[in-house]
Amino acid sequence: MKTLEIPTFECETGNYHTFCPISCVAWLYQKIEDSFFLVVGTKTCGYFLQNALGVMIFAEPRYAMAESEEGDISAQLNDQKELERICLRVKNDRNPSVIIWIGTCTTEIIKMDLEGIAPKLEKQLGIPIVVARANGLDHAFTQGEDTVLAAMTHRCPEYNRRTADQHEGNIARRVAGDVAPNRKFFDGKDRSSGGNLVLFGSLPSSVASQLNLESRRQSISVSGWLPSQKYTDLPALGEGVYVCGVNPFLSRTATTLMRRRKCQLVGAPFPIGPDGTRAWIEKICSVFDVKPNGLEERENQMWKNLSDYLEIITGKSVFLMGDNLLEISLARFLIRCGMVVYEIGIPYMDRRYQAAELLFLQHTCEKMKKPTPRIVEKPDNYSQVQRMHELQPDLAITGMAHANPLEARDIDTKWSVEFTFAQIHGSVNARDALELVTRPLRRRSDSILGCRNLSRQAVNV
Amino acid sequence: MKLAYWMYAGPAHIGTLRVASSFKNVHAIMHAPLGDDYFNVMRSMSERERDFTPVTASIVDRHVLARGSQEKVINNISRKDEEQHPDLIVLTPTCTSSILQEDLQNFVDRASLSSESDVIPADVNYHRVNELQAADRTLEQITRFHLDRARSRKTLDRSVTNGPSANIIGIFTLGFHNQHDCRELKRLPGESGVAVNQVMPEGGSLKCLKDLPRAWFNTVPYREVGLMTATFPEKDYGMPYISITPMGISNTADFIVQIGKLVNVWAYALSEKRLNYKLYVDNQTKFVSQAAWFSKSIDCQNLAGKEAAIFGDATHAASITKILVKEMGIRVSCSGTYCKHDAERFDEQVRGLCDEVIVTEDHTEVGDTIARIGPSAIFGTQMERHIGKRIDIPCGVISSPVHIQNFPLGYRPFLGYEGTNQIADLIYNSFNLGMEDHSLDVFGGHDTKEVSTKSPPTGRKHINWIPEAESEPNRIPGFVRGRAKKNTEVFAKQNNISEITIDVTYAAKEKLSS
Repeated sequence: MKTLEIPTFECETGNYHTFCPISCVAWLYQKIEDSFFLVVGTKTCGYFLQNALGVMIFAEPRYAMAESEEGDISAQLNDQKELERICLRVKNDRNPSVIIWIGTCTTEIIKMDLEGIAPKLEKQLGIPIVVARANGLDHAFTQGEDTVLAAMTHRCPEYNRRTADQHEGNIARRVAGDVAPNRKFFDGKDRSSGGNLVLFGSLPSSVASQLNLESRRQSISVSGWLPSQKYTDLPALGEGVYVCGVNPFLSRTATTLMRRRKCQLVGAPFPIGPDGTRAWIEKICSVFDVKPNGLEERENQMWKNLSDYLEIITGKSVFLMGDNLLEISLARFLIRCGMVVYEIGIPYMDRRYQAAELLFLQHTCEKMKKPTPRIVEKPDNYSQVQRMHELQPDLAITGMAHANPLEARDIDTKWSVEFTFAQIHGSVNARDALELVTRPLRRRSDSILGCRNLSRQAVNV
Repeated sequence: MKLAYWMYAGPAHIGTLRVASSFKNVHAIMHAPLGDDYFNVMRSMSERERDFTPVTASIVDRHVLARGSQEKVINNISRKDEEQHPDLIVLTPTCTSSILQEDLQNFVDRASLSSESDVIPADVNYHRVNELQAADRTLEQITRFHLDRARSRKTLDRSVTNGPSANIIGIFTLGFHNQHDCRELKRLPGESGVAVNQVMPEGGSLKCLKDLPRAWFNTVPYREVGLMTATFPEKDYGMPYISITPMGISNTADFIVQIGKLVNVWAYALSEKRLNYKLYVDNQTKFVSQAAWFSKSIDCQNLAGKEAAIFGDATHAASITKILVKEMGIRVSCSGTYCKHDAERFDEQVRGLCDEVIVTEDHTEVGDTIARIGPSAIFGTQMERHIGKRIDIPCGVISSPVHIQNFPLGYRPFLGYEGTNQIADLIYNSFNLGMEDHSLDVFGGHDTKEVSTKSPPTGRKHINWIPEAESEPNRIPGFVRGRAKKNTEVFAKQNNISEITIDVTYAAKEKLSS
């Protein structure tokens, strides 16, 4: 492999705004239909969830808080008994197929042995209990999903190559029924590819089936997803299974899959944007020794479809403050769209897991003749705002805490959380991603009154 | 441990942050893990704040867990001091720091040696107090800190102002309609010849705090926040305070009478003249506020005897109960609050005005009570609005917790005479409009939508209605329809009837009226 000049990495103070990783329950409880998420924490956690998830909270969600009280903290109450009582209630009220305990900062600090208690209660209650430590001491925002998926990896059935050949048809059909009801993809030549591919990362089922289709086009069938739509349908894992991530924040899951389940990781760029999707599928093809077919035309077609959006953003500059780990892929896509990226802030940078994506970023910068952006790990929001004041980017992709103040200072912003919840994977959804990016810029052109700065505060923050 | 889906009042540190960030040039540093700075999002989004929220976190991570914060908190304080030169830095503990039991006071002591800003630790216990109590305490703490220091430095100005003046205590960020209330409150004493000395904490400057005792008296519009701040100057400086919430006509009148009393004590001593506020109150009640006339007008007749359920913080729930019962002739079947710490006084306020009083922090209990009563309208928080949606009962939002739509851009006070107008509108619009209701009864209803058949939040056993019987309650006037239906079901259950036919509905009716 040709070695390129790796972009410069910097590391700041880590004083940045992001969502607490327990927010992952918001999308995971919707994804895994038969699950119940129990967040073992304090009022602080509960308050965050109820405010961050807004209206969802009123729809009788399949998650709740096990709220620690003073007796729990000082160990006057027995953790196991308390959790048993609560889980029994959850079982009676909702009857889920799995209860996922989300460990928080509190359980870390008081060293509540969730991993130890879970197997005991699991036996007692007859419901699987999965423990994920998604706390703010160790993780940021989307990494919460990473901890849950890593924990779930252990619950996947064992893949057995010999019996799998007989069962493959069944499994494939079951998964197919789950995300891609179209039967015809699963007959004929796909089995000849011989590989077994499991994709990991939680995506809305429509997006998942789009990615399935993407790989089906190259005659590679996806045999399962982690997570699946139902807990009871988790994919089989083991030696001989290839796994590939669809999101950049899943490094722990990737590690667990490789080390504990002996799967082989396909290190590819992530399928965000037409360029990313093509690179992703090409990498998978290369692993399965399949000659990719018609990818270039397809990508070009996609870019053509985006031309109206590209017109708006080409030559514009963007500053990513960093809070959800999608930043590298997003920046790479935007550079390919013709934007100049000043800075990529990112909470945590796993250079091994994201190696292919980083290389791709580098290639994209060269190809588009754009400067390589600086990558700032654990950014400092205060310093970033100072830098932004210098650079005056056309767009800042930022958290909600900074969006309004930046808008008042005449810097157009896009909330970064939207990229977490919107459907941006696969070439079909590239339009959606650009719809998000261009919205503030489109709004600008017909801005009212001509007043630029609407803040009373002095320049420096 | 407690299974919880939702809470009315937030954790303690939110209260401290709300107070600290309301003052001008005060910065709060939270001792908290990553992600706990969600307060910044709330303030920036809900209040549509255009400036950066003056709250940062001194992040607690693995290293802190292993070795303690060591220099980290102090460095963060010094850094903020240099960057933004705040007048005061409030070091705010969270649940995490309370479990870690780090010595925040020690950090503060060491940091104050090197920083120009004052530094204090917020004295709130995460496990003992909620958001509102913490806000109350923090406001008192900051005020006391500055007054005590001014006194020791002999810069405290204790001469009262020449003309009558008042402080308004307890207006702060993310408060329910606080900004509008503040504007209305400034006007209220203003028109009666009382100047506003200071408003706290919203927009208040710490440098002026030493002039706080110059006012003739303090007013505390909300029960939840400000009482502590008003009681200690009363003790230390003999400053009286008014804790009546001027919400509704009679409360507002009481409020002004109180002002009159306090002003006249001094006015008489100074000029041997007495000011008479009776005329002002009369005039305002009759002509500025439309509420008195409104409740007399024929429109309001339709509201008489209708039933309502009320839930919210102590201030708003009690005042709205009083308004509904005394000023509009509406029957309040249930009035409640989540301010458990203020339960006694709440009970005292609404006793005799409603059929039952509930004090709880559990929203399912509130939901169950409302479903059981089946009122024609609910007045509550956003949670009650959603309960109402589920069981098809209209709801007016009268208290926090609230969503962004409860931070209106237009002028919508709840206090003072303009407030009475706003409340009258809110109440009237929440009930089905009189004529609409009436014509629906006459014509048997135009909506094909089933009424009140959605199951309430907790399980009521399902009873079958056969289609003809189903249409029967539609002939009953809308506002009692839900109740009639429920009574029928209760009757069916008592008599072990599993299917409700027309006969059953009549039997139930007969049984009830007998």
